[in-house]
Amino acid sequence: MNRTARLPSTLAALLALALATAAAAKPVSVKGSDTMVILGQRWAEAYMNTTPGQVVMVTGGGSGTGIAALINGTTDICQASRAMRPDEKLKLRDRYQTMGVETPVARDGVTIYVHGSNPVPSLTIAQVRDIYMGRVTNWKQVGGRDATILLYGRENSSGTYGFFKEMVLANRDFADRLQALPGTSAVVNAVSKDPNGIGYGGAAYAKGVKEVPLKKDDGGAPVLPSLASVSDGSYPLSRYLFFYTRQKPAGDVKKFVDWVLTPEGQKIVGAVGYYPLK
Amino acid sequence: MRPLAPRTARHRRLQSLREGAVEGLLRMSALAAVVALLLIIVFLFREAWGVFATPETRAEAGLANLFGQPRWQPVSELPKYGLLPLFVGTAKIVLVAMLFATPLGVLAALFSSEFASPRFREVLKPAIEILAGIPSVVLGFFALMVLATWVQKATGAPFRLNALTAGIALGLGVLPTIFTVAEDALRAVPRSYREASLGLGATPWQTAWNVALPAASTGVAAGVLLGMARAIGETMIVLMASGNAPITSGSALDSARTFSATIAAELAEVVVGSPHYSVLFFLGAVLFTVTFAINVLAGLLTERLRRQLAGS
Repeated sequence: MNRTARLPSTLAALLALALATAAAAKPVSVKGSDTMVILGQRWAEAYMNTTPGQVVMVTGGGSGTGIAALINGTTDICQASRAMRPDEKLKLRDRYQTMGVETPVARDGVTIYVHGSNPVPSLTIAQVRDIYMGRVTNWKQVGGRDATILLYGRENSSGTYGFFKEMVLANRDFADRLQALPGTSAVVNAVSKDPNGIGYGGAAYAKGVKEVPLKKDDGGAPVLPSLASVSDGSYPLSRYLFFYTRQKPAGDVKKFVDWVLTPEGQKIVGAVGYYPLK
Repeated sequence: MRPLAPRTARHRRLQSLREGAVEGLLRMSALAAVVALLLIIVFLFREAWGVFATPETRAEAGLANLFGQPRWQPVSELPKYGLLPLFVGTAKIVLVAMLFATPLGVLAALFSSEFASPRFREVLKPAIEILAGIPSVVLGFFALMVLATWVQKATGAPFRLNALTAGIALGLGVLPTIFTVAEDALRAVPRSYREASLGLGATPWQTAWNVALPAASTGVAAGVLLGMARAIGETMIVLMASGNAPITSGSALDSARTFSATIAAELAEVVVGSPHYSVLFFLGAVLFTVTFAINVLAGLLTERLRRQLAGS
């Protein structure tokens, strides 16, 4: 083989190598649920430590925001703390001929928070519904002090909002008096300062507030969210946290999703305050 | 000093060419801003027009829904896009902000222009203007954590986050605008006015209140209007401090939801082109029209003041 013939093949090899590295370095973008944003960031951090050269970018905004981003094509993975709605799946189908691929990545118990001084021992799901629909407006009606209940919740871009609306309110409307705050930590903060407040959000955030044990119905036993009660579903507001992708995960995205499901990835779930899948 | 360049024909041609190039560049920079503004306006109104244009949107969010019923519950089996609670919330908070910021801003401007020693003014003016440089998210956070507790303690309000708290924080945000414009207007009043007043035996306070302030009144009003336009459009402070509950109530101690906070909180969630999306852009268009009208009015007032003072 002569020199001149070798040159192009060397160049081609170099080019192929450059393309391969460029492909390996393509960042994976993850967007969605504010509930999951800390979890996602810890995952990304640990994953980037074990996989040099791979960048995973995690941002929040709410599950709805993430799903909209998935539909608009601006994220690889959407984190969602609620299942995708049919109308969202239809939008996805219209644009990509796919209904989206759902991967459960963790479990969570949506917790009801009240102020530390609130004497209410437990609530049934029906009572929580009545409180959030504005049919019960005084703590006295559910075994507490004689004081007006102040409702705190999330903005309607939040997956926790959607989950709560579906599971607790059976898709009816929240009371207008509900104060919608940006982020679960804002809700926890508000409830911790408000003796008559009630709020809801991920179990991981319950710091400085009291968690109220929930009963499925009047006869049920009051249950607090815990690894056992969330895993076996005896806590009434257990839910999965999801990754959504447009197609079946492939390439770098698949590697990241697979890693999240390994024992190593699931260990982080517990460390952040949620519940691992197994 | 550099000697003057010889004025050969070639040199002159080069120079005029360079001048032309510079002027063209400047003209393009100026036009870029105008073009960007026009594009944004076109975009805003085109997206808002969706409320009337698509049958799907008309069915879900028609005029009857926007104006005919009093609830804002956009994510619902039966979405409700009533603008009334948002209108009441916005009006309430802006009113509180203006009641708070107008007297403070105008009196501070009066003090700065009529009474403060030049040295003190050198400190006062930048200090108030630095307030304008505080990011609104910081003001909002301050209101959320600190101001809300004070206000609730002082008033016994049922809601910790309410229109009063948000209004005061918003007032702090627009105070510098009112102060700066009002102060400039007062300082533009010719010295001869004051000298005449003092010469006739009026006290400095009488001079300030009865002569300087009325002479500058159109400019002061312009400042108040500009502050109001900012208050209506300001988002972060109200999003954090008002509680965002869409209730229609006249009480400043109730929580309130504004146009701007609604757009900020909900626009990220909506699917592009959906009825909810169009309605949010409709809110944006209303907001833009109102602040634009107020800004134009403020501009007209400033112009009138300039002519008044120049003519005298």
